[in-house]
Amino acid sequence: MKSGKFWSWVIFALGVIYFIGPLIATIQFSLSIRRDGYSLDAYRNVFVTPAFQQSFSFSLLIGVAAIVVGLLIVVPAAYFVRLRAPQLRPIIEFITLLPLIIPPIILVFGYIRLYSSTSFLPLTTTSFGTDVLLILAYVALALPYMYRAVDTGLRTIDVQTLTEAASIMGANTLTILMQVIFPNILVAVLSGAFLTLAIVIGEFTIASLLNVQVFGVYMQNVGANRAFEPAALAVISFIITWAAMGMIQLLARFAPRNAVRTD
Amino acid sequence: MSNNTGTLATNDATPALAGVASPKGPLSGIASIRWGDYLGVAPFLIFAILFLIVPTLFLIIGAFQAPDGSFTLQNIYDLGTPQILSSFWISIRVSAASAFLGSLLGLAIALAIIRGRLPQTIRSTVLTFSGVASNFAGIPLAFAFIATLGRLGIMTALFKFVGIDIYRAGFNILSFWGLTLTYCYFQIPLMILIIAPAIDGLKKEWNEAAATLGATNTQFWRYIGLPVLWPNLLGTLSLLFANAFGAIATAYALTGSSLNIVPILLYAQIRGDVLNNPGLGAALALGMIVITALANVLYLVIRTRAERWLK
Repeated sequence: MKSGKFWSWVIFALGVIYFIGPLIATIQFSLSIRRDGYSLDAYRNVFVTPAFQQSFSFSLLIGVAAIVVGLLIVVPAAYFVRLRAPQLRPIIEFITLLPLIIPPIILVFGYIRLYSSTSFLPLTTTSFGTDVLLILAYVALALPYMYRAVDTGLRTIDVQTLTEAASIMGANTLTILMQVIFPNILVAVLSGAFLTLAIVIGEFTIASLLNVQVFGVYMQNVGANRAFEPAALAVISFIITWAAMGMIQLLARFAPRNAVRTD
Repeated sequence: MSNNTGTLATNDATPALAGVASPKGPLSGIASIRWGDYLGVAPFLIFAILFLIVPTLFLIIGAFQAPDGSFTLQNIYDLGTPQILSSFWISIRVSAASAFLGSLLGLAIALAIIRGRLPQTIRSTVLTFSGVASNFAGIPLAFAFIATLGRLGIMTALFKFVGIDIYRAGFNILSFWGLTLTYCYFQIPLMILIIAPAIDGLKKEWNEAAATLGATNTQFWRYIGLPVLWPNLLGTLSLLFANAFGAIATAYALTGSSLNIVPILLYAQIRGDVLNNPGLGAALALGMIVITALANVLYLVIRTRAERWLK
């Protein structure tokens, strides 16, 4: 029995070496741009580049747009499935799994073929159309996480009572969704949003094949041409991912555990 | 959704009605839906059709089309060229190796933190870190591993300092094992996240019951623990396989095009038709869809079976 605990510590220690090692190494590498000691020059080089500022803010914008569009699609669907059309649940849940089954490169390949200049919806011919297509692709990537987050949020509130109470007071469906349901699942929605942002912010494959200059494409360019700046970018990305996950953990503390019935 | 009060009055009754009607049978449930209710689901369904289902079907159909649009199996036959076959083989090997290592090591860590009587704080820290690390993939991950185990990486230098030249010993971050080792950085955490609830589901009473009957710890795992976890392990293995098989950004940033895995070949094909045949690109995509879909379906089927024991 004693030896069991010993081996647990050994496995844990090996895990720590494998997972923390690269982080420490990357941080050290990113600080080693000068021969005469550690400096933050690699980070400064990254932050002052206009390409970094532009691509990063553009990625943020695309990410926020994807979150908004995703919510507009997912919240009504999850609400109606829960309240009025539970028999659609298997179909909807299957669809939300599709982005996990279809690799992003397949998705974007399909888009390029389907929405080219000769199609009924020639999105790839204009720069705005391509941006829209990228946003929709990110909505698709985030769909599984977004749907799960919203559905979990709906499970913790009493959707039916809230809906009935609101409609007795004269609210229409749109008002109920916007002013009653949405505020009540805000915590769940936000955690879905942060996860979406973490997935989307450094995405490379889809953006690169659609020829949109986002943060992921910028990072790839830097990686092909510089030595120390990529390490700095890796550290920055890790901090962003960590921040997004930290927000989700934080939000989880505020989330209601289950429906409170007041009858 | 922009219903006026008229339809709303009827809508009020629906939830209560559906609640009463559904236990009677599926038909009465369907009868109680109003078409207006589908309006809320419509944007979701339209989006799914236009941006998930049709693009994929379009590629699948394209795999069976000759340049003039007629039906052909030539594209599928052409997948048999040595270049494409070898890329599928490398992809399958990298995905299998990283899935296998990832689930083995992930299981070991999950068992250690959950059943190894380590402090509770370690458990929650590891699970939080796993959430982060499983999402830390793509380009930055490749950068991190180049800085660590690349030719000029910190660990490489450290090994050299103690007298081991890993590059002279045959290691290369741009190789099969380099890529596998890198993929494990998101595969292991994913395994931990998926398998942790299953390990939690192994009830303490089972341990006690087995011990009362005189079973040793090894016997407990051999005859109870592993058989109960087994479907979960197999399911997660296929999920990790699919996860690695579709990944491209990490490999692309790490190896450029020096490691010829399927997604990278497809990427080059979409970029510049390197195979000189658009139909072959679609066939390549079809091959990827078939393999990831098989692995995922296997996961879903096994998971539903596995859930029986872990209620």
